[in-house]
Amino acid sequence: MSTCWETIGDYGLRSIGIGANLLPKSDFTLCQQFTLIGSGLIWNVYFGALALAFGFFLANALALARSARNPWVRKPADWFVFVFRGSPLFIQFFLAYEMLVLLPRSGINVFGFTVETSWLTKAWAGALIVLFLNTAAYSAEIFFGALRSIPKGDLEAADAYGFSGWRKFVRIEWPTMLRLAWPSYTNEAIFLFQSTTLVFFSGFPAFGQRGDALYYANYFADKTFNPFIPYPIIAFYFVLLTLGLIWIFGRVNRYLNRYLPQNQKARIRLRPQLIR
Amino acid sequence: MFEACADPKSIEGLTWLTCYLTSGKHLDFYWSFVTVLALLAVTAPIAMGMGFLGAMAARSHVAPIRWIGKGYSAMVRGVPDIVYFMFFVIALDQGIEYVRHLMVCPDLSEPVFRGMEFHVCAEAKVPLATASPFVYQAYGFFLAVVTFAIVFGAFVANVIYGAMQAVPRAQLETGEAYGMSHRQVFRRILVPQMWTYALPGLTNLWMILIKATPLLFLLGVKDIVYYARELGGTKTQAYEFPHGDWRLYYFLGLLVFYLVMTKISETLLGRLAARLSKGQATAAGEAMRKAAI
Repeated sequence: MSTCWETIGDYGLRSIGIGANLLPKSDFTLCQQFTLIGSGLIWNVYFGALALAFGFFLANALALARSARNPWVRKPADWFVFVFRGSPLFIQFFLAYEMLVLLPRSGINVFGFTVETSWLTKAWAGALIVLFLNTAAYSAEIFFGALRSIPKGDLEAADAYGFSGWRKFVRIEWPTMLRLAWPSYTNEAIFLFQSTTLVFFSGFPAFGQRGDALYYANYFADKTFNPFIPYPIIAFYFVLLTLGLIWIFGRVNRYLNRYLPQNQKARIRLRPQLIR
Repeated sequence: MFEACADPKSIEGLTWLTCYLTSGKHLDFYWSFVTVLALLAVTAPIAMGMGFLGAMAARSHVAPIRWIGKGYSAMVRGVPDIVYFMFFVIALDQGIEYVRHLMVCPDLSEPVFRGMEFHVCAEAKVPLATASPFVYQAYGFFLAVVTFAIVFGAFVANVIYGAMQAVPRAQLETGEAYGMSHRQVFRRILVPQMWTYALPGLTNLWMILIKATPLLFLLGVKDIVYYARELGGTKTQAYEFPHGDWRLYYFLGLLVFYLVMTKISETLLGRLAARLSKGQATAAGEAMRKAAI
């Protein structure tokens, strides 16, 4: 019987391939379950953080495109958002995987250079792309709504002070949009982190049993036939993750609202909403 | 199905495609769409009922009932719903088998939980090992319905609880001023009035429910995702209809199915929202009043 510290040393970074290769097969301890599921959480944080970071920029571009007058700009953005918001993420993962598998294995020849494609079928890249596009679509909807609900008075005031074009957008419209959208965007971030648990259940294989938190929780539930230990553990981890996210986003929210009078500040509620 | 399809290897082109798309497996595939729609049709009302009960419990004056209601609706916050799906399916299955174990097993001397394993005798297995594949499917579907109902009921409880709180206090007081009892105010004013506040949330939940149906696949039901993978995979010459890897096209088909479902739901629920907002003291109702003048 090894001590818990040894278990943490063996399995703490198991999900990224560091530490003991063999997963525990019998005599599961609570420590092993906590360690491995926590180790899988690395992948959830990786997918969530990167998709959110990249998705933020695409979402801004999409929200702007959706409010453009030119239909050649507006329509594609509308369709992008509709397709990604209107279909299950689960199907999107499958579809993306099948699409990426069809790419030639030897790579694509572009002007004499061979572009490798095999890495795209791996979860770390393929699933990240899907999550990135998915969250961009949901966030674009939020930002678009916020863009349209900027108070008319704010825009008129900007006009009165001689702001126009790019400067008006950067100084007035964009900060106001972010401020209005932030509570919903926090919610979207929480949902995105939760969606990352789908990755290893949808086409993308977990090579060498390197999976995310739910992958290991499922592994333990399958081996022990006891769902009452691993699933509460993963729930515990996700509640912690959600609280952390709310704290970080709350700090940003305070910054975005810093110039408003005290009584008008929109607080981010501690209770995450349910609707994506 | 058709006579021309008797020998699939000899036909080509459009006839081949027609025969291919009407093969026995494909008919099963089309029926699995009905499975998904049936799941939606069965789950939505049950989840509504559970949500309503949850919201009522959360408003109760009796503290233990209120705690249960609040706990139930707080359950889904912060934890991915897929975790609940994976959890409840095993937990329910084990719960049912455990009860049956106590009822039908001849020898109860062995403990059910041995260390970290779960054992019941062969007679207590649900479904029985001798049961037909249909029973297995039906049992899987039943577990899925219960799981979806529990999880989505908690979502609905949140929405309805919020909507009940949102009904203007003055409207309830008006009812009281006319001498209605608490029960009457609840039944005649609060419940009819709350729908306009609940509908946006419920619309969202319906969309989420539609988009959660592929999870049936994870619960072991032969649903559309199962068939898309099964039928789309590469078929060698040993099969009646050999073809390459077509899974991409099958999943594109599923994507279109879900997009159409979303679009139809959006249109219908949009109409319902307009109907419910009529004459209400909300922004949407006010806009309708102004437009009518």
